[in-house]
Amino acid sequence: MEDMLFYDRMQFAFTITFHYLFPQLTMGLSLIIVYFKWKFLRTDNLAYNQAAKFWMKIFAINFSMGVVTGIPMEFQFGTNWAKFSELTGGVVGQTLAMEGMFSFFLESSFLGLFLFGEKLLGHKLHFLTGFLVFLGSWMSGWFILATNAWMQHPVGYEILENGKFVLTHFSELFTNPWLLPAYLHNQAASLVTAAFVVASIGAFYVLSKKHKEFGVLFLKTGVVFGLIAAFIVAFPTGDMNAKNVAKYQPASFAAMEGIFHTEEGGAEIVLIGQPNMKEQRLDNKFAVPNVLSFLTYQDWNAEVKGLNEFDKKDWPTNVPGLYYSYHIMVGLGTIFIGLMALAAFLLWRGILVKTKWILWAILFAVPFPYIANITGWYTAELGRQPWLVYDLMRTTAGASPTVSSGNTLFTFLGFIGLYLLLGLLFLLLVGKLVHKGPETLKS
Amino acid sequence: MELFWYSVLIVMLAVYVVFDGYDFGAGIVHLFFAKKEEDKKLITKSIGPFWDANEVWLIAAGGLLFFAFPLLYASAFSGFYLPLMMILWLLIFRAIGLELREQIHHSMWHAVWDKAFGISSLLLALFFGLALGNVVRGVNLGGVENGVSAYEATYFFLPLWNSSLDPLAERLGVIDWFTLLLGIIAVISLTIHGANWVILKTKSSINEQLKKIIFRLNFGLVFFLILSISTLDIVQPNIFDNYTEHVWLFIFPILTTLGLLGLFWVRNFKNELFGFLCSTLFLFGGFTTTAAAMYPVLLPSTNAINKSLTVFNTITEGYGLWVGLNWFFIGIILVVLYFVVQHRVFKGKMDDIEYGDH
Repeated sequence: MEDMLFYDRMQFAFTITFHYLFPQLTMGLSLIIVYFKWKFLRTDNLAYNQAAKFWMKIFAINFSMGVVTGIPMEFQFGTNWAKFSELTGGVVGQTLAMEGMFSFFLESSFLGLFLFGEKLLGHKLHFLTGFLVFLGSWMSGWFILATNAWMQHPVGYEILENGKFVLTHFSELFTNPWLLPAYLHNQAASLVTAAFVVASIGAFYVLSKKHKEFGVLFLKTGVVFGLIAAFIVAFPTGDMNAKNVAKYQPASFAAMEGIFHTEEGGAEIVLIGQPNMKEQRLDNKFAVPNVLSFLTYQDWNAEVKGLNEFDKKDWPTNVPGLYYSYHIMVGLGTIFIGLMALAAFLLWRGILVKTKWILWAILFAVPFPYIANITGWYTAELGRQPWLVYDLMRTTAGASPTVSSGNTLFTFLGFIGLYLLLGLLFLLLVGKLVHKGPETLKS
Repeated sequence: MELFWYSVLIVMLAVYVVFDGYDFGAGIVHLFFAKKEEDKKLITKSIGPFWDANEVWLIAAGGLLFFAFPLLYASAFSGFYLPLMMILWLLIFRAIGLELREQIHHSMWHAVWDKAFGISSLLLALFFGLALGNVVRGVNLGGVENGVSAYEATYFFLPLWNSSLDPLAERLGVIDWFTLLLGIIAVISLTIHGANWVILKTKSSINEQLKKIIFRLNFGLVFFLILSISTLDIVQPNIFDNYTEHVWLFIFPILTTLGLLGLFWVRNFKNELFGFLCSTLFLFGGFTTTAAAMYPVLLPSTNAINKSLTVFNTITEGYGLWVGLNWFFIGIILVVLYFVVQHRVFKGKMDDIEYGDH
């Protein structure tokens, strides 16, 4: 039984982590592509259209990867988490079914038109299809976040005698106080990934002196989008999320921040340190006094509850994992703002393209938004543990009753092999597209 | 309400069979009958802008199943764990075959992804046929052995096969002679359907040859259909009850038969759309015929101890269903709209459609 749950969780974690490498780029990138196409319509400058087309090709590969790795996510609710599906299907089935009806059809129908239809449609309609693809992908995010928000902070439901959750207030699913901050945070973070990718390819072209006119365009666009998005990720959305966690999941908040014991007269903010679970403290701690209290409650002396206040069986199952995920996310997010602010300053002074060291920094920064996005999700999901539905249904109660650990391990290994192949092919193809570059500017 | 959501689900699945069916079929045609590079390219081009949207019907139907009949979703998805995972892997393989083929121009690269696309299309057709066979035959709900349930009465687990391939054994497998029969029917009928699509949407050099192939394959299809219907009584003795009680239901098998017979004239049709409509009618009719026979059962129990899963004992609560009704109508209107737009833009033969600009 323990093994089975372990493999179920590992398989879900692995497949969702791999899956989310793609939508996080496509959601943000669709906005940037729509921007390029819009600039082309406004200015008639062909470079913008070529830029849109170049990114459209990269988008297409990412989108396909997102689709094929996304179907297993929907299936796994039933295959591996049958009890969860049976008991909560009346609620989460709503939002997931709506995602299929309202966003997948929209995205997939218009993506075909967007990729294949430029000549048939003309530029204005082509822009519209791009915009609809953007709309579909952002709606998809909305429904997924609504589902997740319900699991983090259940609302609008009732539990029947047989243990089933049923919906009582549909609108509450979408006015859930957890939802909007999480959604905006997630979308802004997705835009950070896309902006960093665009800027990084731009830096690559400038540094390698290939496709230089596009390099400059990508660099400028990436830096401007990147700075705005990185800032929104931290404030106000990141701040709002942290306050939500403190309010609705205080035990997770304590674990995230590394607060083992409630402190008298205000809590410190931990910058560095390693959780020592045996002695319930942080080793090698570096912290600033009272700042956490201020950030959370706007009061330097407010009390922040430590883990000691909670029953151990309600602690997040992986405290160090949660603590590290959160700190990696926040640390990287801070660095992103710094890097992009500096680049934007140099851009404003007109010397960004000539400042080699920052171009190198932007070039190599590209994996980090991915890491920040993924660890951000780990923070949310490890923070929800040991619950599937916060405070109401434990993870141990959600797994499929008839699927044995041997079968789950078999499929888990299968996914690892298949996704390794997918990952290699993806890198090969994107590498090839980047190497080839956008088409030149002759009409 | 039960009947409504059952009908919605069945229609969505039938549409899925018809839509993704033609691109699976195109894959099988591509595997066996397309020899020249131009023809292979044309076939992949003809489904290029559509296959993705077609697959969404499966995802949307899955979502609606989850929403309306959560217990069935939970029971069937965990019980058919292994075949479903294999379907997932095949869908992934097929999609990368399709998407990656044109990305690198090298004959070995093409060869690998052509096979990946073709073989996974073939296997998917087989697996979906097997799946239908399993739903018709039923499963050992509760895992009853010697009169005792091993699990909760609504759950089960099926290995891929048992040693005897016997659909009446206590320990059932996904593959037995009966489900295999439906698997073969699925492969043949989707091959015909895919061939009709290729004829309709391309000017490939094999179009005339494909018409002959459809004609011949249709004899095989008729043969296996008769075989499966005559053995149906052994596996599911009560399956004809709905038809004897509600005679109007015969509209479904009649439509199916019309489509099936029409396929024999595929070489004579002036308008290539007719051939495609015949195989569409056959698939849609065949699927709805089965569904009309099964109602209200969703998953039959093969033992006497635990009850079958029906629309009544798996459906979710009233309020959620009522809310769903509202957004479903808005959603389906939009879906039809997208469909019309998509197919108007890409109307006619697909030979000259270009991906991006290259």
